[in-house]
Amino acid sequence: MTSKTNETSQTNWEPKIIAFLCNWCSYAGADLAGVSRFQYPPNIRIVRVPCSGRVSENMILSALKSGADGILVSGCHPGDCHYISGNYFARRRFALLGNLLDFIGIEPGRVNFSWVSAAEGEQFAEVVRTVTEKVKELGPATRLVKKIEAMQAA
Amino acid sequence: MPTINEKISEEIRAQAKKLLAEGTVAAVIGYASGSLPMTVKPLVVRRPEDCGKLLWNTFCVLNLANFLPEVLKSVEPPRGPRDPKPEGPLPKVAIMATGCWSRNIVVQIQEHQVERERVVVMGVGSRGMVSRRKVEALFAGREILAVEELDHDLIVRGSGFEEKINRWSVVRDNCQTCTHPDPLLVDVRIGEPVSDRKNPNPFKQVDELEAKSAAERWGWFTSEFATCIRCYACRNACPLCYCPTCFVDDAKPQWVGKSLDATDTGLFHVMRAYHCAGRCTDCGACESVCPMGINMRLLTKKLNKDVLNLYGIEAGMQPDSPLPLTTYKINDPQKFIVTEAGAGKEGE
Ligand code: SF4
Ligand code: SF4
Ligand code: SF4
Repeated sequence: MTSKTNETSQTNWEPKIIAFLCNWCSYAGADLAGVSRFQYPPNIRIVRVPCSGRVSENMILSALKSGADGILVSGCHPGDCHYISGNYFARRRFALLGNLLDFIGIEPGRVNFSWVSAAEGEQFAEVVRTVTEKVKELGPATRLVKKIEAMQAA
Repeated sequence: MPTINEKISEEIRAQAKKLLAEGTVAAVIGYASGSLPMTVKPLVVRRPEDCGKLLWNTFCVLNLANFLPEVLKSVEPPRGPRDPKPEGPLPKVAIMATGCWSRNIVVQIQEHQVERERVVVMGVGSRGMVSRRKVEALFAGREILAVEELDHDLIVRGSGFEEKINRWSVVRDNCQTCTHPDPLLVDVRIGEPVSDRKNPNPFKQVDELEAKSAAERWGWFTSEFATCIRCYACRNACPLCYCPTCFVDDAKPQWVGKSLDATDTGLFHVMRAYHCAGRCTDCGACESVCPMGINMRLLTKKLNKDVLNLYGIEAGMQPDSPLPLTTYKINDPQKFIVTEAGAGKEGE
């Protein structure tokens, strides 16, 4: 479905970006950006998670498989994790996952990671702008996307 | 003159017999000869009189650590899932181990799948195992009926031919790049210890791919895994994959579809490799058992390289420190974070 809409409306294509935001910092940061009326592109779809440490590779890859054009995972800054160390563990896992996805040829910029605190509304808007820009440049995602037409044919 | 491996086989049979007869162990995990040339099969020996079946040769490509947790459970007195652990020490199991297998046992101990005091490691220094696929490729179109092993050569026989080939030239890629062939844990030493090998760059294959563009790498990934039939042999042969329910079998949510869809196959391989991050010892069992000759080991090798470069850890080499993904450092590298100054790929 996604691929079809993408093909027919290539000119005014807008990327869908799935953002996994931790409840205590980045989600609150997004909230603050909204309350403070900072402008940022409307391309992100937010999934609120308890902690960036909760985000597993399954979730990221599932989003890609389902046709997300970009991914953003954001947690508290190192040292600020509500659960003390969740984002430290996450940092190691994301570094390795990011590199592995890069290794198999997923374009740099598809899957992004950031730290945004609850007080950083403007920074949150900035991150979303950067990520949206990058994903727009890349165009619609095709790699690791499961094609529904192909599925029906099978 | 018996060959090195014949002498090792003799020693294994004698030691296994002794351990079983004394009652030190309840079972010995080793190898017996297989039904085809260049194959062996794993064997669990429980009676001293069966030890004569054990052998050691250059085709021992499976990782015996894969069977350890299950065999340990099998020698415990039967009890229900909620019954308390019986008092006193539980029976022990002896297992043959080379460098990489012993490191896998270390990982299993770190992950509380195996108790150190219940394992008797019969350490064998590995001289590298031969890839059956490489030998077959040399004799494409001709049927190999028997292969005899000398210390440095193999004699390959078929109907109407007999050829001698150099053993090292057909040793598996992972063994050729291995730097720690001698076991880390040794309770009973079999044969002579072998020293660490100097290897200028064990990650050469990974480096070569990394030097290519993202599009080329994607091309490699899709073509490499295009023939995968999703038999999961690569997972089943791996000593790290002891999960009672693997993610590929999860139904709700279903992380990967069951079809032969290229995306599902790709996702399976990415996730399987990722689950081995910081734990894989590059034993090569996954690659050796693949019926389609797929080089999925390159994915875990890439992760091994990153874990070593970013966190300075080689799986199973430091029994007393935690696994790399179960710990962290305050100042772990984080160049991959988009908001960092000079953000970019990690490890560059
Ligand atoms: S692939 Fe992952 S989930 Fe499956 S058995 Fe191996 S470690 Fe467990
Ligand atoms: S992933 Fe392959 S090479 Fe790594 S430990 Fe498992 S079987 Fe061995
Ligand atoms: S063993 Fe080979 S064919 Fe089977 S699932 Fe693994 S890569 Fe695919």
